[in-house]
Amino acid sequence: MNMNMNPNILVAAGIDPARAVPPHAAGTAGTPALSLRNFNFYYGKFHAIKNVSMDIQEKRVTAFIGPSGCGKSTLLRALNRMYDLYPDQRAEGELLFHGGNLLDRHVDLLDLRARIGMVFQKPTPFPMSIYDNIAFGVRMHENLTRAEMDERVEWALSKAALWNEVKDILTRNGASLSGGQQQRLCIARGIAVKPEVLLLDEPTSALDPISTAKIEELVSELKHEFTIAIVTHNMQQAARVSDFTAYMYLGELMEFGVTSQIFLKPARKETEDYITGRFG
Amino acid sequence: MNRRAWRKLVNRLAIGASVAAMAFGLAWLLSILWNVISLGVGELGWALFTQMTPAPGSQGGLANAIFGSALMVGVATLLGTPIGILAGIYLAEYGARSWLANVTRFVNDMLLSAPSIVIGLFVYAVMVATVGNFSGWAGIVALTLLMLPVVIRTTENMLLLVPNSLREAAIALGAPRWRVITSVTLRAARAGVITGVLLAVARISGETAPLLFTSLSNQFWSTDLNAPMANLPVTIFKFAMSPYEDWQRLAWAGVFLITMGVLVLNILARTLFKDELKR
Ligand SMILES: Nc1ncnc2c1ncn2[C@@H]1O[C@H](COP(=O)(O)OP(=O)(O)OP(=O)(O)O)[C@@H](O)[C@H]1O
Ligand SMILES: [Mg+2]
Repeated sequence: MNMNMNPNILVAAGIDPARAVPPHAAGTAGTPALSLRNFNFYYGKFHAIKNVSMDIQEKRVTAFIGPSGCGKSTLLRALNRMYDLYPDQRAEGELLFHGGNLLDRHVDLLDLRARIGMVFQKPTPFPMSIYDNIAFGVRMHENLTRAEMDERVEWALSKAALWNEVKDILTRNGASLSGGQQQRLCIARGIAVKPEVLLLDEPTSALDPISTAKIEELVSELKHEFTIAIVTHNMQQAARVSDFTAYMYLGELMEFGVTSQIFLKPARKETEDYITGRFG
Repeated sequence: MNRRAWRKLVNRLAIGASVAAMAFGLAWLLSILWNVISLGVGELGWALFTQMTPAPGSQGGLANAIFGSALMVGVATLLGTPIGILAGIYLAEYGARSWLANVTRFVNDMLLSAPSIVIGLFVYAVMVATVGNFSGWAGIVALTLLMLPVVIRTTENMLLLVPNSLREAAIALGAPRWRVITSVTLRAARAGVITGVLLAVARISGETAPLLFTSLSNQFWSTDLNAPMANLPVTIFKFAMSPYEDWQRLAWAGVFLITMGVLVLNILARTLFKDELKR
């Protein structure tokens, strides 16, 4: 019974359970882009992330799943130190990126965020033109000529599967787009800066199935160039797009491994219950 | 009477009461407008804008008073707007709940509700009594002090309405704080901020008390900000109180000009960013 439930999800996701383990994911060997070591996070006195250690592999998609409130967003937001905006939030432990600890006080946050980009759950177009929405972040870090910037904007919008829809209305306000288009605009904005790592926090939770499919396609496409960490509540989505899956519960990392492994043969009963929808 | 009929009756009474209250307020407002227009509009003409305030019994206009008012309100706006917006930015984006920000907010709220005559007397004590003469600058400072708290408060409130997610999104792209504020937050709030400035200008352009103690008035054309300066409110005050009929007619013309100016500013504030404010 249990063994049947899990493959069903893979089948629903278009994955043949028999060949579910992608060759590159055999074992977890690979180059980690980001490594967490004994990572802890606090909102004031509240201990939100408890002693997490894991590697996020380079140019792979790592999915974070788990019931609401388990700390997925908290963990993701810690990876580019968004929490620095709020004085009562702090992280402890190690977050290794190119050999350095990102939690170090001397880290250049502007540079860090150019290298580790983030897209949020709700689309947040800036109050400016579509073109400037994309160019805004690029201008912070690079000095491009007009022609180079045009090229970069087109590149980012094409990657985000939005170019064809907006190429004639680049001067229009970003807020005039539909919700799904706005979200793709935000993704385009994130990749235009050419980060090494892209953090996506439930990027499709507000979208219709067609926009969702486009963004999932995009994620699979983007992983050739970027390392991606994605939070999702949609099990099929995690199974479809990710190479590795992390299951979190009450601030702890319960299980982490190759996605097909987690979905086919989870080591823990809790993971299985969550994935099969019996809980959470 | 059953409950439903009772509820209907209460509903009707509530609607009736609020309509009556609105009609009461509106009737006064309309009668003021009607008075101002019917008494003021007849005085409009070239002379009003080209001739100086006259001695009783002779021909004249309000040219020096119109110019003085425009100059002082204009300079006060140029001073008050940037200072007010910067202070509002500090309160909303940097100060937040810090000790300094809370003190600033408290003082600003006091200033906001201070009667304008108090501001006038304060500037009189600091800038007029010490120097020994009334001056345009003193008037400008008094008007700026009146305008500042309005701009500070609206800027802060409008910035606080901008969702944090927008700030975070800009910061997540590696934008420094000041860029986030100038290009994203302030831009998102600009309709409200500009509306606040326009309403503040409308407010100070009719103030009499602060000018009475600071710039006083001037019978002649003067562009010297170190000397007393003519302006509409004080002229109106002086002329309306006088027993001379021609002065009283000029006073009505001045009232008409100010009312129209304030009306235009209000309409501008409402229409300029109608779409943006709705979102
Ligand atoms: N700003 C905050 N201050 C205090 N506690 C917070 C804050 N944000 C989140 N928390 C708490 O931290 C825990 C983890 O929250 P988090 O938002 O990371 O959960 P999540 O896994 O992303 O949930 P969801 O799936 O609903 O988005 C929750 O218990 C939450 O109440
Ligand atoms: Mg979340």
